[in-house]
Amino acid sequence: MIKARVTVTLKNGVLDPQGKAIEGALGALGFDGIGQVRQGKVFDLQIETADKAKAEADLKAMCEKLLANTVIENYSISFA
Amino acid sequence: MSFKRRRQGLNRTMKSAVVQLPGLNRDRDMIAALTKISGKAPVTVWQTETELPDVDLIVIPGGFSYGDYLRCGAIAARMPVMQAIKAKAEQGVKVLGVCNGFQILVEAGLLPGALMRNASLKFVCREVKLEVVNADTDFTRAYAKGQIIRSPVAHHDGNYFADAETLKSIEGNGQVVFRYAEGTNPNGSMGDIAGVMNKAGNVLGMMPHPENLIEAAHGGSDGRGIFASALEVIAA
Repeated sequence: MIKARVTVTLKNGVLDPQGKAIEGALGALGFDGIGQVRQGKVFDLQIETADKAKAEADLKAMCEKLLANTVIENYSISFA
Repeated sequence: MSFKRRRQGLNRTMKSAVVQLPGLNRDRDMIAALTKISGKAPVTVWQTETELPDVDLIVIPGGFSYGDYLRCGAIAARMPVMQAIKAKAEQGVKVLGVCNGFQILVEAGLLPGALMRNASLKFVCREVKLEVVNADTDFTRAYAKGQIIRSPVAHHDGNYFADAETLKSIEGNGQVVFRYAEGTNPNGSMGDIAGVMNKAGNVLGMMPHPENLIEAAHGGSDGRGIFASALEVIAA
């Protein structure tokens, strides 16, 4: 079994109102010097295979088809 | 509207369909609006359907399909019925997506751009003003270019985004059909965009709910023209 992590983040230039609100809240808590906060998503997947290359290809297809909206988001795939 | 179009409208009642998915909740309002305006009840289509009935207009209503999980409309956009709708749209059948229906259409790639969380981070439920930017479409013939109409909105993720290139192209092609007017942009949408159509002009998505302003009991009938146009009904 392969354990993978997919991280989805907003592309540069896409406004992130939630990140902005978090940034403001951190400032209000007294954390100084925060340049920017961008919110994203993390997906942990367990794939029943020993074939890492196939798993990687499948994960890429999953990202393109569902996990990320490539109009506004980037994704990256890593393995545990 | 030409004489020929009028005659077609008079001689034949246009047929419509309303798509139903788990979590959509504006389907009954849409069915009522289509029935009242066209005089014929729409057929309903469940998400697992792979073949659609022969209709002139397919409507994806609003709501919270799949609980807005992952991204609004993302899971609904991958259901079998959407493949069938894509095929119909390619044949030129009119498709209208309202609110969550709009989100589903952009997630399915039938319309350009994306709908993001409202800039205020708040759910907005209020009335806005819309400018009819393009009145030369199958959905807006009943209006005049530049006309300002009233419409309710109710959404959390209606903040329209498109990259600079896409924005330039949809503006240039007349694909921006409605804009929030008179400072009523409720969500931070780029260019005050409230409604967008595809390049071919037969698929329209909009965040506002025209189906909720079609008769005196609603306090106005400003939204009626969209359905009257799409269903070629005379005397909106």
